[in-house]
Amino acid sequence: MSRLTVLYFASLRDAAGVASESVDADSGDLRGLYESLRERHGFVLPAQRLRVAVDGAFAHWDDAPRAGSEVAFIPPVSGG
Amino acid sequence: MKRFLLSPQPFEIAPLREQLLNAHAGAYASFEGWVRDHHGGRAVAGLRYESYAALADSEGERIVDEAIERFAIVDARCVHRVGDLAIGELAVWVGVSAAHRDAAFAACRFIIDETKGRVPIWKHERYADGEAGWLHPTPPEAS
Repeated sequence: MSRLTVLYFASLRDAAGVASESVDADSGDLRGLYESLRERHGFVLPAQRLRVAVDGAFAHWDDAPRAGSEVAFIPPVSGG
Repeated sequence: MKRFLLSPQPFEIAPLREQLLNAHAGAYASFEGWVRDHHGGRAVAGLRYESYAALADSEGERIVDEAIERFAIVDARCVHRVGDLAIGELAVWVGVSAAHRDAAFAACRFIIDETKGRVPIWKHERYADGEAGWLHPTPPEAS
């Protein structure tokens, strides 16, 4: 069990109702972590449409969640 | 020196252009993105940009570094607004100096295109009919 912080942005934050939360990750990878949070908060976007970052750098969905890290789920961007 | 910046306030272009002045440069190209009053056939009243600042800073900086590596340019800058913006406000600015115009235009386009596609910034539009929503465009197929 890894206790970590997740950050939500844009529509994910609206759906979750919070910008960040502390979670216990019992999944083997970040994809599994997202799927469990998607179920809990009802996120519409599938993982394939997102990117994931750990501690301020882009990461891979297959990476294992690390205790104490900050995981950010990045919905499709729309700057410019 | 930081070449990519997020700006929570309106910013002046002249001092940014001045940073690009260089005796080796014979060309300067810039791009300004403005907030327009329509999107997808709907009237837009205003918008808000939010970012994941830590990652937006590093990804934006990487894009400008890539432009300097790929094109024969002297230097480049990019500034993107965050926060609430009204119609007509400057949302994003790119400036590039180069020995010749071809590279300046190409690098300028590269920086704005990559910024729109990669930097974690999100647009929340408020429509004239009272609705509002986040834009999460379908990304182009990875090449």
